[in-house]
Amino acid sequence: MSIDFLYPEYEVIRNLDRCILCRACERQCANDVHHLDTDIDRMVSDDAKCVNCHRCVSLCPTRALKIVKTDHTFKTNSNWTGESITEIYRQAATGGVLLASMGNPKDFPVYFDKVLLNASQVTNPSIDPLREPMETKVFLGKKPQKIERDRAGKLINNLEPNLELSVPVMFSAMSYGSISYNAHESLARAAEELGVYYNTGEGGLHNDFYKYGKNTIVQVASGRFGVHKDYLQAAAAVEIKMGQGAKPGIGGHLPGTKIVGDISRTRMIPEGTDAISPSPHHDIYSIEDLRQLVYSLKEATAYTKPVIVKIAAVHNVAAIASGIARSGADIISIDGFRGGTGSAPTRIRDNVGIPIELALASVDQRLREEGIRGNVSIVVGGSIRNSADIVKAIGLGADAVYIATAALLALGCHLCRTCHYGKCNWGIATQQPELVKRLNPDMGFQRLVNMVRAWQHEIKEMMGGMGINSIEALKGNRLMLRGVGLNEKELEILGIKHAGE
Amino acid sequence: MLREGDVRIPSGCAIAGIFSKAGERMSGAGIIKSIATMHDRSNGLGGGFAGYGIYPEYKDLYAFHIFYETQDARDNCESFLERYFDIVNLSKIPTTRTSGITNEPLIWRYFVYPLPTRLADSQMDEKEYTVHSVIRINTRIEGAYVFSSGKNMGVFKGVGFPEDVGRFYRLDEYKGYCWTAHGRYPTNTPGWWGGAHPFAMLDYSIVHNGEISSYDANRRYIEMFGYKCKLLTDTEVITYIIDYLHRRQGLSLEEAASVMAAPFWSTIERKPPEEREKLRYLRNVFASLLINGPFSILLGFEGGMMALNDRLKLRSMVVAEKGDMVYVASEECAIRTLEPAPERIWAPKGGEPVIITLN
Repeated sequence: MSIDFLYPEYEVIRNLDRCILCRACERQCANDVHHLDTDIDRMVSDDAKCVNCHRCVSLCPTRALKIVKTDHTFKTNSNWTGESITEIYRQAATGGVLLASMGNPKDFPVYFDKVLLNASQVTNPSIDPLREPMETKVFLGKKPQKIERDRAGKLINNLEPNLELSVPVMFSAMSYGSISYNAHESLARAAEELGVYYNTGEGGLHNDFYKYGKNTIVQVASGRFGVHKDYLQAAAAVEIKMGQGAKPGIGGHLPGTKIVGDISRTRMIPEGTDAISPSPHHDIYSIEDLRQLVYSLKEATAYTKPVIVKIAAVHNVAAIASGIARSGADIISIDGFRGGTGSAPTRIRDNVGIPIELALASVDQRLREEGIRGNVSIVVGGSIRNSADIVKAIGLGADAVYIATAALLALGCHLCRTCHYGKCNWGIATQQPELVKRLNPDMGFQRLVNMVRAWQHEIKEMMGGMGINSIEALKGNRLMLRGVGLNEKELEILGIKHAGE
Repeated sequence: MLREGDVRIPSGCAIAGIFSKAGERMSGAGIIKSIATMHDRSNGLGGGFAGYGIYPEYKDLYAFHIFYETQDARDNCESFLERYFDIVNLSKIPTTRTSGITNEPLIWRYFVYPLPTRLADSQMDEKEYTVHSVIRINTRIEGAYVFSSGKNMGVFKGVGFPEDVGRFYRLDEYKGYCWTAHGRYPTNTPGWWGGAHPFAMLDYSIVHNGEISSYDANRRYIEMFGYKCKLLTDTEVITYIIDYLHRRQGLSLEEAASVMAAPFWSTIERKPPEEREKLRYLRNVFASLLINGPFSILLGFEGGMMALNDRLKLRSMVVAEKGDMVYVASEECAIRTLEPAPERIWAPKGGEPVIITLN
């Protein structure tokens, strides 16, 4: 029906003076935007199919292409925006739930951007990381409350299993299925090279990747896909996924069309069946049930691996985290409402959860007030965009961060937010072999390593400026942070002073 | 203007210490002379001393030195003390008027012992009980501040140059086997005597020169264990860290030093296996008690003294020996003025503790 016509959001602009009719754009676009019109001997494009992923733009040898936001518009209305109107047309036509991918793009405050860092002047010296040692190693896990000694008075190592990270950055959970084999290989190899960890997500662990086990965190989520003894024992740590920042309160759904070949085998479900992860774990309806799963996993791994519990940042996050800290978990991972996803209902993604900065600050403070901060480490994600976000997160109290969107960007993702189409032109969020092979793991892994090493340099520079040469002295060091343009309540929750105070 | 404790005031400083390993008791005149040599390292806004072995006649009792801002504060505090302690002796601390010292608070001294019934009810040991009581007075009783609470030792401090503070308290009339001193150079104008150093808890006293960059990380961690950082000074938090590591966790001073001024990971990796294992363990378990940024500290405790620099040695500190005498100071001149010909004089490396105890 004509009332359902939606004018394309983006337009493909082709400079015909530059176009040499090489048809690279046509071959590169999995969405079939471009084709050669032989009648007029010109390349033409269907803007309606364009997702603005820049694949054609990046590969056009003559730079003949660009994508622009259309200036076609509804009558200007601050309440009924063009987006609100077109969403109604789409739902009126289909009766469906709106789907979206990657993190919440709405204009909510980004608290990291309203926090500024300190630097030394006069009263103590800044430290130059090029000339002095500057340490970024961290350990994640429980700390014993009391030291113990043997009869000879020697200290007994009563530490529970810990994770050792050369830099406090890990690659967050993305399942094999939601992303490609080549993307997983890049992440696994980068984690090994960097001395950090990547996370399998709820997709099982491909046979080929068991060799990266010591740098792998395996996930146990509500669908329990891919979970078996060898899987648990192969890993460095086990993560129980209770929630995800992009879609708190709901589960997941990988459509049967993606459950093919290795993915079906790795998830341990038949080909073509939908992989539906329930909203809750049906064996966890309360905190005491979580404790049982934590200890089941510890039993299964002979108490040799830390157990992580991952939750979405929701309103009551501090109390929930306090419960988890007493449940036997070694690490709590908190995912903020800006965290990414391969697919989520738009309304959930854009309206549920709270900012990670506030969640982190209140969890860290609550655990300290209760004297149990040493029971657990805190890892935060959703969303960490650069090294300054990491420094601020650690200043607020995090032990380490999880990154996923940033890692995908390093692999070539252009954040077109259409992962749920399964036709990722960059070979990341797709299972089509001809697309997957566009991502070369040899290059992908190197780009991830480059990015994290660059961030590590920047973290060292910022630490040195503050007169800090070991990252543990930054953890929870909120005097190093100041807010700008924040109200009293926001400052109180973040536990920081305003700039100028 | 905000009082110290409502605002964090960084300071530069001078520190000095004298120790007789033979336990020979020296008057406070020497330490005043030593710290006075480094006059330009302080700016008249704070000075203080700690003496050990100065109260032999009351050596089994806790000596509380308390500042009162008002008579009411004294009444409230004394009624608290009567409820929880047996007060064996109380008096004003003798002072002399000097032109360099003005606006002094009421300064009282009490020799006390925890009331046995209260102590039993509390299910704490005697030291823990005393620590809790001191923290309670300092945080709950307006205008009262316990600045010394150890046995057979005492802290004397105030706003002024250290040599004036020493004369004000008539330190030449006390005799101790160990003295430490502090001259303060705050970057602000603290009017409050409680903010001067040393900072003490039980028999631990700290004089410190530096501005630690890990302050809030250390503070927020140590406050989990019942300590309350009221002054927001480095010295205060370092004292609590030592109390926690040494008294409550039972680490040796060397072990505590390797937590506070932890060796770099690259250094740890080069150690023999057993040593490496131990250092890795301590650094991991007590990661949040690593003190970062410049400091030199002198820790006084019953029967000993420890000198420690930050791991990069960003503050000067010199140690010298002659016979049974050991001297520590920010500058060599402060040692030479007392002992012109030491047998050995050296600058300890960053993170390398120098621990001196009675023979």
